[in-house]
Amino acid sequence: MYNRKDKTIAFLMILPSLILLGIFVYFFIAQTAWYSVSDWGVNPATALKKGVEKNYVGLDNYHTLISSASDYEFRISFVNTFFFTIFFLAACLILGFFLAFLLDQRIKGEAVFRTIFLFPMSLSFIVTGTIWNWLLKPKGGLNILPEKLFGLDPLKFKWLNSETKVFKFEWMQGGNLFYLGVALFAFALFTYTAQKRHLSWFWIALVGVGLWLISSAGFWNKIWLPIDNPKLDIGTYTGYGYNAALSGVIIAATWQMAGYVMALFLAGIRGISEELREAARVDGCSEWQVYLHIILPQLRPIALSAIIILGHISLKIFDLVYAMAGIDNREVKVPGILMLKGFRSNEWARSSAVAMVMLFAISLVIIPYLWSNLRTEKS
Amino acid sequence: MKAQMEARMLTRRLWRLVAYSLLILMALIFLIPVYMVIVTSLKNPIEAGQETTSWNLPTKIYWESFSSVWKELAPNLRNSALLVTGATTISALVGSMNGYVLAKWRIRGASFFFPLMLFGMFIPYQAIIIPLFKFMDGINLYGGIPGLVLVHVVYGIPITTLIFRNFYIDIPNELLEAGAIDGAGFFGIYTKIVFPLSLPGFVVVVIWQFTQIWNEFLFAVTLVKDKWQPITVPLAETAGGIAVKWNQPMAAAILAAIPTLFVYIVMGRWFIRGLLAGSIKG
Repeated sequence: MYNRKDKTIAFLMILPSLILLGIFVYFFIAQTAWYSVSDWGVNPATALKKGVEKNYVGLDNYHTLISSASDYEFRISFVNTFFFTIFFLAACLILGFFLAFLLDQRIKGEAVFRTIFLFPMSLSFIVTGTIWNWLLKPKGGLNILPEKLFGLDPLKFKWLNSETKVFKFEWMQGGNLFYLGVALFAFALFTYTAQKRHLSWFWIALVGVGLWLISSAGFWNKIWLPIDNPKLDIGTYTGYGYNAALSGVIIAATWQMAGYVMALFLAGIRGISEELREAARVDGCSEWQVYLHIILPQLRPIALSAIIILGHISLKIFDLVYAMAGIDNREVKVPGILMLKGFRSNEWARSSAVAMVMLFAISLVIIPYLWSNLRTEKS
Repeated sequence: MKAQMEARMLTRRLWRLVAYSLLILMALIFLIPVYMVIVTSLKNPIEAGQETTSWNLPTKIYWESFSSVWKELAPNLRNSALLVTGATTISALVGSMNGYVLAKWRIRGASFFFPLMLFGMFIPYQAIIIPLFKFMDGINLYGGIPGLVLVHVVYGIPITTLIFRNFYIDIPNELLEAGAIDGAGFFGIYTKIVFPLSLPGFVVVVIWQFTQIWNEFLFAVTLVKDKWQPITVPLAETAGGIAVKWNQPMAAAILAAIPTLFVYIVMGRWFIRGLLAGSIKG
């Protein structure tokens, strides 16, 4: 059936999609990358004029984001996204596994429970955000729930506006953590692929030495810059760290996405043969040990998928925050919100730089995932 | 021995009791927002604005929240419906064709460009929104529903192609070859053999695209003029004001949620398949 004419037709049928994606994904990304190293919109007054001249300014826009005292918003949103991702992932994985575990106990009415845990997935982040906005009002909602249920004192927590910070650090300490994180990530990635290809420890050590040489050459110190005028930086006063106001957003996001993890885990658990579990039971394992030693290890690839999918969602989340706190809230700001704000005020170059940082962070997670996924599929 | 068995049965029973109570507790927690949104949407504006009594049932049911919100948002709901119908239909057809090509016709270079296609579904759309905005303006598609349909179709290509490709791979090649022997070509095999088997694939893709596009916000808020905004945009704005009558955003949230919720509850099984397919391997 694979004659040349039909093969040509097949290729022609998929060609339009390839061209469209080429333009809409890769060409547009290239354009954004170019804007991010230009001065387009640094003067917002002329930004919208047709044929306005754009000059190449190198990495200036990125340097401004990282180091300018007046760009406090970007730094806070960057740190926010980091903590948001960690706590959101942890909450979703733990809750998702817990729910899947409970549902796996031959429950009557399992379908009903599953529907309840999963229905938030079908909602828009805007719907979720609107509802939770109301639930997190300082004098009502969750704050007075303990009072309604148990007659306790109402909480006074300012969910979306609290300025309380924990895990505080100085801006430059953050840089060290950042380098450490990147190095660990690169190392993990490398050992993972090395295992698959049976590379020797020699190569791993070589890469380690290479990384160490690059860092000691001071190259990385050009990425994470000190704040140019710390006296004017709001963040230096309030401190960078986990902002308690984010907790509300994390709760809302977990409410929406935990069911997804549950569905993934449940599908995984059901895929493990009952015989294997029975064999473990016969060998004297308690039900709990069966989960610990038989089921959990087999769920590792699924957990990894869940981490990647949720991770990339959380790195680009902004609609939920928009609906919960609006575009001007300072405490729960994320890069996506900052980007939209810049878009509306014609700050093209700066918002392009913000978008490129987001793209870069997501690519770090997605590219290895796609790569390894398609490799295993092939073999 | 017998006593041991009985003890085991007892722990087993006890454990199931614990499991059930934990499940019911979790279900109640998950339903808190549902209770809140329904109760608040049925209060009159003054009552609905009171934070301290937010958990109370409405003193008198106030249906006017829904009628006033409906009057205000009906055009946006219509926009969303138009958008979703157009974009979902087209992207399902495009995805089906692409999936057929990738699963059954060994195209040279597929192992190279398929990952490049898939990458498109993970990118943050912030990274393309400025050039996209300029581009849509340049080809005179900025501002209306057709432009938004185009955008959703294009960015829907990766996921729809992936779902259909994984679906078609399971169709045995012998079936297609039999068609080829009968003289069917590329299109003949598609229309006579592949397409008639595609219903489950279409259901998954249509549900997935329907929910995604209905719920989408970034394109909706940046690429259309006020008149053509889908429902998510005004919904996001209603809750943003300072002196909000909270019965209205809550009623609006319910109206905006009903279509996707309905699809989910009626066809939950297919919805979950789409979810799992989104994680590449499914």
